[in-house]
Amino acid sequence: MSSLWTALENTGRLANQRLHGHTGEVALGTLVHGSWLGGRLPELRDRSVLILVRDQLAAATAIVELDGIARRMVLCPPDLASEHLPYVAAAAEAEAVVHDRGAPLPAGIGCCVPFGPEAVPFNGERVPQRRTEWVLLTSGTTGPPKLVLHSLASLTGAIRAETAAAGSRIWSTFYDIRRYGGLQILLRALVGGNSMVLSDANEAVDEFLHRVVAGSVTHISGTPTHWRRALMSQGARRINPRYVRLSGEIADQEILDWLAAEYPRADRAHAFASTEAGVAFTVADGRAGFPAGLLHQPESGAELKIVAGSLRIRSNRVAERYLGNVERRIADEEGFVDTGDLVERRGERYIFIGRRDGIINVGGMKVHPEEVEAVINRHPEVQQSLARARRNAVVGAVVVADVVLRSAPRAAADDTTVKAEILDACRRSLAPHKVPASLRLVPSLAVGPAGKLIRRAAPAEPPFRMKANVNVDATCE
Amino acid sequence: MTIRSTIIEQMQSIAKERGKSLVGLTDELPLLRSGLDSLGIATLIARLEDELDLDPFGTGDDVATPVTVGDLIKLYEGSAA
Repeated sequence: MSSLWTALENTGRLANQRLHGHTGEVALGTLVHGSWLGGRLPELRDRSVLILVRDQLAAATAIVELDGIARRMVLCPPDLASEHLPYVAAAAEAEAVVHDRGAPLPAGIGCCVPFGPEAVPFNGERVPQRRTEWVLLTSGTTGPPKLVLHSLASLTGAIRAETAAAGSRIWSTFYDIRRYGGLQILLRALVGGNSMVLSDANEAVDEFLHRVVAGSVTHISGTPTHWRRALMSQGARRINPRYVRLSGEIADQEILDWLAAEYPRADRAHAFASTEAGVAFTVADGRAGFPAGLLHQPESGAELKIVAGSLRIRSNRVAERYLGNVERRIADEEGFVDTGDLVERRGERYIFIGRRDGIINVGGMKVHPEEVEAVINRHPEVQQSLARARRNAVVGAVVVADVVLRSAPRAAADDTTVKAEILDACRRSLAPHKVPASLRLVPSLAVGPAGKLIRRAAPAEPPFRMKANVNVDATCE
Repeated sequence: MTIRSTIIEQMQSIAKERGKSLVGLTDELPLLRSGLDSLGIATLIARLEDELDLDPFGTGDDVATPVTVGDLIKLYEGSAA
């Protein structure tokens, strides 16, 4: 397809299809024939443009207008800190910005085009003339975001095959559409000429799910963290999806089983994807991890290999490069992206065991926080958990865990029982150094803007270490 | 509950979780001969941080290394003072 606009125009079934935003909606037909840029689209031709709007619906319409016209468009997520805006603008060599009222604008950009609020008929020249560069931002916990360069081709590489057979689908996602996971869903909807219900950062999960019900959504996606939160709400009982998709974090067996119990008639799939590597593969058998056979039969169009335990991926969906002052290349010389996601073979399957940069070192022995969480999450009272490192004078660091329970507040004695049961389960299933030294029940866990649990880097060495400091050997206890 | 009784109780509780019981806990007993290994003592320090809201090792001050059970108790008592 030469542009998203062309693809949309070619689907030819736009009469009743709509993008539903938090506060408004747009018919796909209007996307094809209207403009929200007040006749100023020609000014943006061949330029590098920041899309700096708060509303997802505004962002979606701007993307459709600019693809094939702008030289480059930068999809700024709503949580982009204004302090990072100058870096983003410089790294993207931005010459223009599409904004809505109230957004702080970066200095030194000559062309500022206000967005909307209403569409006007657009009769100007709209033939896409170029392959627009798409720039997505990934945020770490600190520092400026990374700018990841994609194209419409790389972003839709995993979509084409499946949309050919698409019937009537109505999409939704917990993600913001300016995140890779959310953009995948927007593109599925637009390329397939389907309706979509967009989420909103300021909307409670129950209200969003209410709109999902009202929009008769059939296909819905989110991170395991999105889903764990959603499944605790009343709205989760009311939605009735045909397809439930997970991505962005490890999908452990517990969340897959929970979704299976809640939506027994739905197809459930977990996708492995990252902003840099793109969508690698999707697993639909309801089991955690992926079949070992995927390594040798890249039916899905992605090649996988495992180097030093870490999954590497090569496909036409991999991003091209980083913009700005980033030394690191996205792919190695052979085109493989090292995802930093560690896998372990168990029988005919590979299981994700954690992130390489998340390993906790307890007296010289490694612990993946995710493997501890997987055990904690098996307790039927547990909604979600976070294992993390706490500095320790004896062994450098110990594992501690924060746990959110599914039930409402209850008696302190019940809490003590649940904690004891969880720790008991950990002692039965995990090596002694992996058992949380301390376990707290907390009302909620911090979730980042991309819908993932916030994991902080392991703490530095403690300022003081006891002389009794010895490596914990595997046979202790 | 005093700091002393909290420490003794936590030591007993950690030992019990590991299927052990501590006998003859005196102030003179070296920590590493109490029946808790280094991981057990690491766990003790983490639990005491929760229970007492004290971490005498995390202050960055020059901390005298506790060798015996009594040293450890004194360290926490001094940290609370």
